[in-house]
Amino acid sequence: MYVAVKGGERAISAAHAWLDETRRGDPAVPELTVAQVEQQMPLAVDRVMAEGSCHDRFLAALAIKQAKGDLIEAAFLLRAYRTTLPRFGASAPLETGAMRLRRRISATYKDLPGGQVLGPTFDYTHRLLDFALAAEGTERATAPEADAPVPAVPRVTELLAREGLMQREDPGDGEPGDLTREPLAFPAARDVRLQNLARGDEGFVLALGYSTQRGYGGNHPFVGEIRVGHVAVEFTPPELGFPIEIGEIAVTECQMVNQFKGSRTEPPQFTRGYGLVFGHGERRAMAMALVDRALRSAELGEDVTAPAQDQEFVLYHSDNIEATGFVEHLKLPHYVDFQSELENLRTIRAALVRESLREAAE
Amino acid sequence: MTDMTPDPIAERRRWMAVLARAEADEIAALLAALPPLPPHERLRAPETGLVMVRGRAGGDGGAFNLGEMTVTRCAVRIGGVVGHAYVAGRDKRQAELAAALDAALQDPARRAALMDGVIAPLDARQQAARDAEARRAAATKVEFLAMQTTR
Repeated sequence: MYVAVKGGERAISAAHAWLDETRRGDPAVPELTVAQVEQQMPLAVDRVMAEGSCHDRFLAALAIKQAKGDLIEAAFLLRAYRTTLPRFGASAPLETGAMRLRRRISATYKDLPGGQVLGPTFDYTHRLLDFALAAEGTERATAPEADAPVPAVPRVTELLAREGLMQREDPGDGEPGDLTREPLAFPAARDVRLQNLARGDEGFVLALGYSTQRGYGGNHPFVGEIRVGHVAVEFTPPELGFPIEIGEIAVTECQMVNQFKGSRTEPPQFTRGYGLVFGHGERRAMAMALVDRALRSAELGEDVTAPAQDQEFVLYHSDNIEATGFVEHLKLPHYVDFQSELENLRTIRAALVRESLREAAE
Repeated sequence: MTDMTPDPIAERRRWMAVLARAEADEIAALLAALPPLPPHERLRAPETGLVMVRGRAGGDGGAFNLGEMTVTRCAVRIGGVVGHAYVAGRDKRQAELAAALDAALQDPARRAALMDGVIAPLDARQQAARDAEARRAAATKVEFLAMQTTR
């Protein structure tokens, strides 16, 4: 229990003034613009959009600046902002098969239609600090352009599904559940689980995905495909009655291919773990796909023994904004609670002292 | 895009898609070279809200809610014709320009000039940007070489 206490206004206002000053840093150093954050820290922007569950690059960049680079605080700011806006409706499901690819790789097929397209990746970089970046205004490399563009290519999972080796997804029907409207209920269906994981904390989902690889509920994953690129968003305004494209967004999709020993009704085949996230977030999409597959254990008739397979454990703890709220609320005054604990402890100790005195006297 | 839609709607969807991807300044600059659009009446002032973006489990399975995106909408009237815009982001000027153009483009007397003067150049720029990116991606495509087996 915590009680409202009057006072402290002056201290709070001084603390906020100091916060502003520390955000600005040394005034001799030029101030960071929101456009600079947006353009030059695109992956931080992507993470904040994903965890803030709101696609708007400028707002995410502004939140990062305001939060002094604390990305969970920035996601919190974005989530808070979205509650001020009306919801116009829902888009048609993204057609990721028609993605304009920047990157597309498969670890299961060397030669596949469309090929291995590396895109702007950190892979194959040496992970040595590049001191050239510390010098401003140096010449940058220009990315070369091939004669022919990369075409849109079918998904790898589709190639396997055509052969009957990959379980087809249930096409589903009706409205998917929405965590922004209804609280979690268990057992949670896959639509709700995917929404939860898509906006879950990257570190938490990554650690859970990692745990499945280390033997806590593993399913021999292969990266069937990772694709990064732009997809058109289609929305049907009620006043028009037909779908229109309202723009394009960047997303990352990961299809994990996993073994499945089959069941009484289904032959042995591969199954999918799926990851889809805003922006370029490969680690996040891969981790999501691993955990999605782990959470399908129950419906695929596998033993549910590991943390990553436990719906309640995963879905209740993945949201870093809820988590930070509950952990950080411990900072709020708990004076009355603590006073009663203190009194309790003193009473117990006094009783123990009386007891031992009486025993000594006997 | 489905090819089942009757032509007028297909054409309208095309210009709306182009305007949704254009910046307000770009649209305004192209409009400045043309005779001014007739004044429009705002039926719904530009308003920013959210659209919930959906994905499909496994890419082709049941729909799920991925997360929201900011969208700005506007509705205007020119004469008896209503123009609509829903554009990604929070640019109210873009939404209003797009709505006014949507109304004007529905007028057969104005359509050709506006298609040639505004939509076609925007579309060409967007295509060129897409093409350049796709060619950049193609330059990073791996060409595997067979390795000689050594003993």
